[in-house]
Amino acid sequence: MRRALLVLAVVALYVLHQDVWFWRTARPLVFGFLPIGLFYHACFSVAASLLLWLLVTYAWPAHLEAEAERRPGAGVQDPE
Amino acid sequence: MIAAAIVFLYLAIVVYIGVFAFRKAAGTQEVEDYFLARRSLGPFVFLMSLFGTNMTAFAILGSSGHAFNNGIVTYGLMASSSALVIPLSLLLIGTRVWALGKRFGFITPVQLFRDRWECSHIGTVIFTLQAVLLLPYVVIGVMGGGTTLNVVSGGFVPFWLGGAVVALVVMSYVFFGGMRGTAWVNTFQTVLFLLFGTIAVVVIGYGMGGFRAAAEGLLGSPLSHLLSRERISPWYFFSYTFIPLSSIAFPHITIFCLTARRMSQFKKTVIFYPLCIMAIWLPCVFLGVMANRVPDVPQIEEKAEARRVLAEQGRQMTPEQRDVVRAKTDADDVLLLLLDRYAPLWLAGLLGAGIMAAVMATDSQILALSTMFTEDVLTHYGGKERFGEHAQVQMARAFVVILTVLAYVVALQAPETIFELAIQYAFTGFAALSPLLVAALFWKSSTRWGALASTLWVALAVAAVAVFQGMVPAPAPGPPVVAWRLFGLDALARTPGGTSVFGFMPVVPMVLVSALLMIVVSWLTPRPSPATIARYFPR
Repeated sequence: MRRALLVLAVVALYVLHQDVWFWRTARPLVFGFLPIGLFYHACFSVAASLLLWLLVTYAWPAHLEAEAERRPGAGVQDPE
Repeated sequence: MIAAAIVFLYLAIVVYIGVFAFRKAAGTQEVEDYFLARRSLGPFVFLMSLFGTNMTAFAILGSSGHAFNNGIVTYGLMASSSALVIPLSLLLIGTRVWALGKRFGFITPVQLFRDRWECSHIGTVIFTLQAVLLLPYVVIGVMGGGTTLNVVSGGFVPFWLGGAVVALVVMSYVFFGGMRGTAWVNTFQTVLFLLFGTIAVVVIGYGMGGFRAAAEGLLGSPLSHLLSRERISPWYFFSYTFIPLSSIAFPHITIFCLTARRMSQFKKTVIFYPLCIMAIWLPCVFLGVMANRVPDVPQIEEKAEARRVLAEQGRQMTPEQRDVVRAKTDADDVLLLLLDRYAPLWLAGLLGAGIMAAVMATDSQILALSTMFTEDVLTHYGGKERFGEHAQVQMARAFVVILTVLAYVVALQAPETIFELAIQYAFTGFAALSPLLVAALFWKSSTRWGALASTLWVALAVAAVAVFQGMVPAPAPGPPVVAWRLFGLDALARTPGGTSVFGFMPVVPMVLVSALLMIVVSWLTPRPSPATIARYFPR
């Protein structure tokens, strides 16, 4: 369930990148100088960071590190 | 001259860092030490260096130049999509590459592919395409260095000398320091650029009399469209979200994933990467747009005038005339011009050093190429036992010298635009190679023949786009030149900025077809042996 919610959040953020609602307007100018379309995408970057924090916290592939530490240096196989 | 002196001081520090890294290695000639810094990088160096490696001159100077001519859309196209896709690919793919590298001792992605799919020559085909797509970066890095030193010194240092100095500096610290030297230098450079970038925004904003007046002025001018995306196709915008897939498929980034001491090093990198992107790209894009309101800088006025002429009279011009005018609209130096206009001399020097830092991000590509040549070709075909570790490191160092000298000679001979175009193809090509990594790491049934089909498709498609753009000249701003209509749709068209396939950038069909070929051909061909699959997918 948690994994499904995280996948859904990633897909939702990807869709939100296509912000057609701010496509043709520059106003309002946030802080008096930042066009709304640019401000939105700056917020998008912050949202991406928050989402990635959630992923790292709740979906970190810890088993990979354990496997890598458990089976050191198995060596590269000979080619064909 | 003060600015040039500060830049030269900076270059001396960078060389010293490389030599210091060499001393830190205490003369060891171990392969993993030279190529991967003994897989020992800590979290701060890992984040800063990885980020610095992705932030090339093309990203920094190119973003301001693109924003000058296209407006705020630049941030959404190149920065915010990367803020999501690049760290996500590091989390999903980078961590797995790290774990497999640690378990099986891989140094390059081709070693992983060869082992995973039990192949030899197919790995060489993948290596060849990777090397061909990566080589232009090294050349453009030398060119960028020459141009920047020339501008910062006010023309005192000629292009050929500037390029030679930058090539020599990069070659020195890569030669001596290997991956450790490169990572330390990249960390130093990234910190420098973040710091001086912040100062640049404050100084330029103050010099312009505040950004509020500039933004309002731009809104009230005929250039108000630069503050929205009204002239940008939503499909084109969507297509750009595929480009950051290239990041993890670039060999120097894949190789860099192997340098972390622990997998937990990825955590901070993944979380902070989007914020680092914002910290650099937001000011670069905003300043690029606002440069349109800067008075009294003749070079900027010339660019704006050329853009106006191209928009109003471009359709009546011949392709050659359009190319001449289009070249004048190139605004990659707009950030340098703003610094020249508003920053005091000593600060311009410091900021010039910061920009040099971005230009010199080509070091990772040089190291990656020499690592790949040594490990994927010479050692693979010659035999590890025959050469030994010491000889492998010496061969890699020889490649560093050969590659740098070659890049310098080519940089003096060839026009820059050719390599800028090649870099655009490289992003598309590596994005379309990303299905190889996904299939190798996540899909048991993927096969070497699927990998070969995807690789050949990417090579063919990149070449086809290059040939198409060479045959059909870029039109003036406005409607594209339709080369092929299918079912009433524009199947293939030449746009002012490149090529469109059913309204999308070529990267979209290239990635999708590459993934499809991997799936279909893998289904039709025999899987690797159960033993290999068991090693990669333990229960």
